Amino acid sequence: MMAEKLVVIGAGMASGRMLEHLFETAPGAFEVTLFNGEPRGNYNRIMLSPVLSGEKTWDEIVTHDDAWYAAHGVATRFGEQVTKIDRARKVVISKGGETPYDRLVIATGSAPFIIPVQGKDLSGVVTYRDLDDTNKMIAAAQPGAKAVVIGGGLLGLEAAAGLQMRGMEVTVIHLMGHLMERQLDPAAGYLLQKALEARGIGVHCKGSTKAILGTDRAEAVALEDGTIYGADLVVMAVGIRPEVRLAVDAGLEIGRGITVDDRMQTSDPAIFALGECIEHNKTLFGLVAPLYDQAKVLAKSLTGEEAAFRPIQTATKLKVTGCDLFSAGDFADGPGREDIVFRDPARGQYKRLVIEGDRLVGAVMYGDTADGNWFFGLIKDGTDISPMRDTLIFGPGFAGGSKADPLAAVAALPPEAEICGCNGVCKGRIVTAIEGGATTLDAVRAQTKASSSCGTCTGLVEQVLAVTLGDAFVLPTAQPMCKCTDHTHDDVRRLIKSMALKSIPAVMQELGWKTSGGCASCRPALNYYLLADWPLEYRDDRQSRFVNERNHANIQKDGTYSVVPRMWGGVTTPAELRAIADAAEKYAVPMVKVTGGQRIDLLGVKKEDLPAIWADLNDAGMVSGHAYSKGLRTVKTCVGSEFCRFGTQDSTGLGIKLEKLLWGSWTPAKVKLGVSGCPRNCAEATCKDVGVVCVDSGYEISVAGAAGMDVKETELLCKVATEEEAMEVIAAFIQLYRENSRYLHRIYKWVAKVGLDWCKAQVVEDAANRRALYDRFLISQSVYQTDPWAEHARPAERARWAALADLTLEAAE
Amino acid sequence: MTPSSEFWIDIGALEDVPPQGARVVKTAQGCVAVFRTAGDEVFALDDRCPHKGGPLSEGIVHGREVTCPLHAWVFSLETGEAQGADEGRVGSYPARIENGRILLDTRRLARRSAA
Repeated sequence: MMAEKLVVIGAGMASGRMLEHLFETAPGAFEVTLFNGEPRGNYNRIMLSPVLSGEKTWDEIVTHDDAWYAAHGVATRFGEQVTKIDRARKVVISKGGETPYDRLVIATGSAPFIIPVQGKDLSGVVTYRDLDDTNKMIAAAQPGAKAVVIGGGLLGLEAAAGLQMRGMEVTVIHLMGHLMERQLDPAAGYLLQKALEARGIGVHCKGSTKAILGTDRAEAVALEDGTIYGADLVVMAVGIRPEVRLAVDAGLEIGRGITVDDRMQTSDPAIFALGECIEHNKTLFGLVAPLYDQAKVLAKSLTGEEAAFRPIQTATKLKVTGCDLFSAGDFADGPGREDIVFRDPARGQYKRLVIEGDRLVGAVMYGDTADGNWFFGLIKDGTDISPMRDTLIFGPGFAGGSKADPLAAVAALPPEAEICGCNGVCKGRIVTAIEGGATTLDAVRAQTKASSSCGTCTGLVEQVLAVTLGDAFVLPTAQPMCKCTDHTHDDVRRLIKSMALKSIPAVMQELGWKTSGGCASCRPALNYYLLADWPLEYRDDRQSRFVNERNHANIQKDGTYSVVPRMWGGVTTPAELRAIADAAEKYAVPMVKVTGGQRIDLLGVKKEDLPAIWADLNDAGMVSGHAYSKGLRTVKTCVGSEFCRFGTQDSTGLGIKLEKLLWGSWTPAKVKLGVSGCPRNCAEATCKDVGVVCVDSGYEISVAGAAGMDVKETELLCKVATEEEAMEVIAAFIQLYRENSRYLHRIYKWVAKVGLDWCKAQVVEDAANRRALYDRFLISQSVYQTDPWAEHARPAERARWAALADLTLEAAE
Repeated sequence: MTPSSEFWIDIGALEDVPPQGARVVKTAQGCVAVFRTAGDEVFALDDRCPHKGGPLSEGIVHGREVTCPLHAWVFSLETGEAQGADEGRVGSYPARIENGRILLDTRRLARRSAA
């Protein structure tokens, strides 16, 4: 059978999901061409707000990458607007010419509404809809600059919070009497306004915009009431309207959106539509859950299965860190409606349930929203709540006065209770997946889609895992850094960058550390993150380093230290060996041992002798081997083409060059390299963090090996022809690791998390990015590539290594 | 001279101990670690973790606590008590600052040998 030609206009969240269903149920049945006005493919648009605030990166929100399109044979036409649909000839027209279709899907989404005021076209006025808008805002977000956000709905507030996290002075102008009036009642709107104001965001309700002032670019926003706010950036987030121009021109039936029936078919049987551009039973759609339902229905319609779209109620959560609010259903006052209200002003909590007859019809919560999904379930199911009305407001945990244990509440949920609102995944579906072997969050995500869109239900999904698996489930990566904070390592790294935090006290203050001076777990991590992100501005804090790095020697179990001088590429000289032997005798070193990294370890040196032994080794031309550091350790080499009859390249020489390039750099965990002169691999390069295997035609660079608690072979990063290229790739890769990994993760753990493909894209495929990484590595080395021994062996420093006082005589008297 | 000065002994300047750091004082009964907090308070504890003998003077100082460098036991600088799930304590000694100098109470230091 010939594959049908399916053309899809618009690569948004709805069409991406529709294609997934289609390829799952009918692989090969369609030959798909996907047009998108934006020069990129499908991504999770809901997550633009965390990208704006710096809490997520662009890469984290891409839902379908090039590999996925390729695997499913999708011809992608990104950045190419479809200008016309010729229904008679069944072709769409774009600047690339005509593309024929058997069936056509319109998924053009919506366009931001621009209020028609004077100055709306000035530079510096942006809308908030796609990645380009987000990037414009990020570019404009200079700390201290002023932003005015017009519109106090979901999108406007997320934009305001994001810009403020980037250091801007933000004011929100809202036409209505309270924020988010479509989702919140006045009381919850007030609490939200108070919380935003406490964070430093100005809020002006009942504010009607009169004009945007400025000559070539926006300078201020003037309101009807005479108020004027200075503005370097103006964000219009007043609403959206369905993007229907193509459909209008094509003569399809249109209401406010493109009219579709239950099967998502337009007035032309060959043309379908879904997403924010449609109108179904006089209703428009803006939240993601019904869009995903439409995607499911449309995939079935296209494959000839019976399906009908039935809109469901949706619930809303605001994605602003620190503002917890939830609303669902209908909460307008009305005859026959009663309220149950709970307020705790001191803790800023507010809950309101709206009841009609024996049913819950609406819920608004601010502050504590943990029970939101439970209430939402009662609303959707039309449950008779009269038996539990007395305790209803306290949520599902309040059964017979038992303590509100969140796990008990989740355990008590029925199988049909919805956990993931975005994807309509209920508890029973998740439990089935877990019992079928999906025992991690990622596995559940992959099988059910739960928590894969906006992510706010991640905690709930983890609780379902915990309830189902019992003790077999260990909470995964979302663990806070330590007991001093609720932030994860990843959050802290991102916030250090996005908030430009440049000292340990600044991090602790701005991110709300719960202890006064941190602890032995977070302080070394913060010290590392700060010196890696701000090499020129931050000063290393020696007191936040673990003993070995503070004393530049490895502490042994008896409190003595080991001393390991660097031997570049494992090569030494008679003079160096003599100096090492002399030092060993002079300081009565109990053991001299050859290490696995091709150098010599002097074990059992007393702390007060360290500066003197270092000075002696310095005099013989040796520097610290950093055998104690989360940093570059050794570059192990074989003899290579210089002596070996099999060697293909000068592996020893390259090893020495690499060690001289990389030494002194601090990294999240230790880094060991190996360079082998031929595939016989005598330097055991393929179990190192970075390994080079020389071949006749050049150098194979592989990464992410391990030979410790875990044993793992390296994976090929790339192959290069020259030593210079090898050095640039390796330094750039290590800089990528330095900038992105969490503290104490070795390279193999980090690569397992971010994926080798991502590393390749950053370091191998993108030459400009590789060069930028390499340059940043060199900037850091200009500060940190110094010999710590030379510094601490200076006469003025030596006294600090001995006891402060010796009271042995006094105490003996 | 204050009357107490015959018992308090000057062991060095405050600036000789780094903030959030420590130095050791040798005594006939073993080393005492003298800690300086971020808020410039001083505390003195035995420099020997009861777990495996780790030198507490080499630990990371945070708030009024220190974490042993060998196996991360945490001790209160004020009382010498192990914190959290670990049980044990190290001797603690009165220490104070006078005119930028650190003073230790020799009576308590001497009494320790009898214990």
